[in-house]
Amino acid sequence: MKAILTVHNLASELVTTIWTPAFVAIFLAIIAYAFWPRNKAVFDEAARLPLREE
Amino acid sequence: MWFLASVFFQRESAMSQPSTLKSMTIGESGLAALFAVTAFLCVIASAKALDTAFAFHAGLSAAASLAAAFCIINRYFDRPAALPPAEINGRPNYNMGPIKFSSFMAMFWGVAGFLVGLIIASQLAWPWLNFDLPWTSFGRLRPLHTSAVIFAFGGNVLIASSFYVVQKSCRARLAGDLAPWFVVVGYNFFILVAGTGYLLGVTQSKEYAEPEWYADLWLTIVWVVYLLVFLATIIKRKEPHIFVANWFYLAFIVTIAVLHLGNNPALPVSVLGSKSYVAWGGIQDAMFQWWYGHNAVGFFLTAGFLAIMYYFIPKRAERPIYSYRLSIIHFWALIFLYIWAGPHHLHYTALPDWTQTLGMTFSVMLWMPSWGGMINGLMTLSGAWDKLRTDPVLRMLVVSVAFYGMSTFEGPMMSIKVVNSLSHYTDWTIGHVHSGALGWVGFVSFGALYCMVPWAWNRKGLYSLKLVNWHFWIATLGIVLYISAMWVSGILQGLMWRAYTSLGFLEYSFIETVEAMHPFYIIRAAGGALFLIGSLIMAYNLWMTVRVGEAEVQMPVALQPAE
Repeated sequence: MKAILTVHNLASELVTTIWTPAFVAIFLAIIAYAFWPRNKAVFDEAARLPLREE
Repeated sequence: MWFLASVFFQRESAMSQPSTLKSMTIGESGLAALFAVTAFLCVIASAKALDTAFAFHAGLSAAASLAAAFCIINRYFDRPAALPPAEINGRPNYNMGPIKFSSFMAMFWGVAGFLVGLIIASQLAWPWLNFDLPWTSFGRLRPLHTSAVIFAFGGNVLIASSFYVVQKSCRARLAGDLAPWFVVVGYNFFILVAGTGYLLGVTQSKEYAEPEWYADLWLTIVWVVYLLVFLATIIKRKEPHIFVANWFYLAFIVTIAVLHLGNNPALPVSVLGSKSYVAWGGIQDAMFQWWYGHNAVGFFLTAGFLAIMYYFIPKRAERPIYSYRLSIIHFWALIFLYIWAGPHHLHYTALPDWTQTLGMTFSVMLWMPSWGGMINGLMTLSGAWDKLRTDPVLRMLVVSVAFYGMSTFEGPMMSIKVVNSLSHYTDWTIGHVHSGALGWVGFVSFGALYCMVPWAWNRKGLYSLKLVNWHFWIATLGIVLYISAMWVSGILQGLMWRAYTSLGFLEYSFIETVEAMHPFYIIRAAGGALFLIGSLIMAYNLWMTVRVGEAEVQMPVALQPAE
C-alpha cells in the first residue's frame, strides 16, 4: 500500500511540476509557428479565404 | 407544415437523376429500426413511469421516435436512387437543408426566449405576474429563459453557422446524409424536453445545466454525432489549410462535450423517474459547477461566436482578416487561459483561498486574448469603414465586437476579489451578463443570420435593409436601457448591503434594498421589451426574405465616402 502511494505521489508530483513548463513550451512553439517567416504566405492566403468562394 | 418542409427540401427534390437500383442505406434502415424500437421502449417507460413529468417526457419521446422513423422512410421513398453527389460539375454541392432548419429554429427560440425574459423581468418589477401558479413562477421561468436564449437560440445559430462555415471554408459537402439532420432535429428535441421539464418542475438545480439525467444522455448522443459530422467534413476538405473559424468551432464542440460530461454525472433514483442525484457533493460540486458554468461562457458563448466573427465579418466587409497570425495566437491563448477562470464565481466561499486567487489571476490574464481578438475583428474593417454607413448588417456585427470588448473588460475587473465583494450577488452581475449576451452574442448572431438566410435560401439579398436598420437602433437602445439600469441598481444594492450605522449595525433591512431596486427593474423591463420588438422585426424581415426575396430596388450608391 505504501509503495503504491509513493509511486502515485511521485507520478502526481511529476505531472503537477511538469505541466506548467510543458504548457508554456507548447504555447511558445505556437507563437513561433505563427511568426515563422515561411508561414507568412500561407497565412496571408488564409486571411482571404472567406473572400475566395464561388 | 408542408410549406416548411418544401422550403427546407426544395434543393434536394429539384435534383432528379436517372434511377438505378434503389435501396436503403445502412444509416436509413438502421436508424429507422432503432427509432421504432425506441418508440416501443418509450411507450413502456411512459406507462410505468413513477412521476407524471417522466411519463409526459417518455410519451413525447415515443411520439418523436415514431415521427423520426416515419420521416426517414418517407424521405427514402421520395428521394432518387443515388444520394446527392458531393460535387456537381467540379463544384461542391453544399448541403443547406439542415442549416435552413437550424436558422429557422434559432429565430423561433430567439423570439420565445426574449419574450420569457421580458415576462420574468416584469415579474421582478410586479410580482403579481407570477399568478401564484407553479408553472408560471419565476423559479421555473428563469431557467426557461436562460436555456432558451443560450442553448436554443445561441445553440441553433452556432450549429447552423458551423455547418455553413465548415462547408464553405473546406469546399466540401457536409459529411453524412442523415447525420446532419439527426444533429439539428435531435438538438431541438433536447431543447423541447429541457424546456417543458422546467415548466413541470423537473430540474437538477445546477445553473445552466438544469436538465435531468435522461435529457443529458440524449444531448450526449446528439453532441457526439455533431462532433463526428464536423470532423468528417474537415477531414474530406479540398482546402489544404484549416481556416481559423473551424478551430474555434472545434474548440466549442469538444469543450462543451467535456464540460457536459464532467458536470452532469448523476445517479437516477429510478430509471423510470425524473429525479436523480449528482455524483459530486459539497465544495467539489460547486467547483465542478462553475468550472462548467464559466467555460460555457468561454467556449459556448465566446469561442463559437468568435468563429462567426472570423468568417462573417471578413465576408460581409469584403476585407481579409486583419492579422491571421493574431487569430492563431488569439485562439490558443484563449484556450489555454479560459479553462481556469471558473473559481471567480466562488469568491469568499468554502473554496480554498488559493483556488479563488488562481481563478482571479487567470480571469485577469484573459484580458489579453479577449482584446487581441476584439482588435483583430474591428481592424478587419480597415479600408472598409465607410460600409458601416450603408450596411446595417455589418454595423450590427461590428457593434457586437465592440460589446465583446466592453464585457471582456468588465468581466476580469469583476473577478478581482475586492471588486467582487461589492458586485457579487447584485444586479451588476446581471448587467454584465446581458451586455455580453445581448450586445455580443445577440448582435453577432443577428448579423450572422442576416447574412446566412439569403445565402442559404439563394436570395439576392435581404427583404429590407431599412428594417435591419430599425432593428439595430431599437435593440441598441434596449441594451443601453438594460445594462445602465442594472449597473446603477447593482452598485446601489451592493453599497446598501454593506452600509453600517455609527453604532455598527446594518443600516438597511434587506426589504429596503429590494424596494430601492423597483424603478430600475421597470427600466430593465422596458429595455427588454425594445430588444424583443427588434427581434420581431427581424423575424418578419427574414420570413419575407425567404418568401419574397429582395423587395427594395437597390439604388446605385451615389454618396462617396469623405476623403
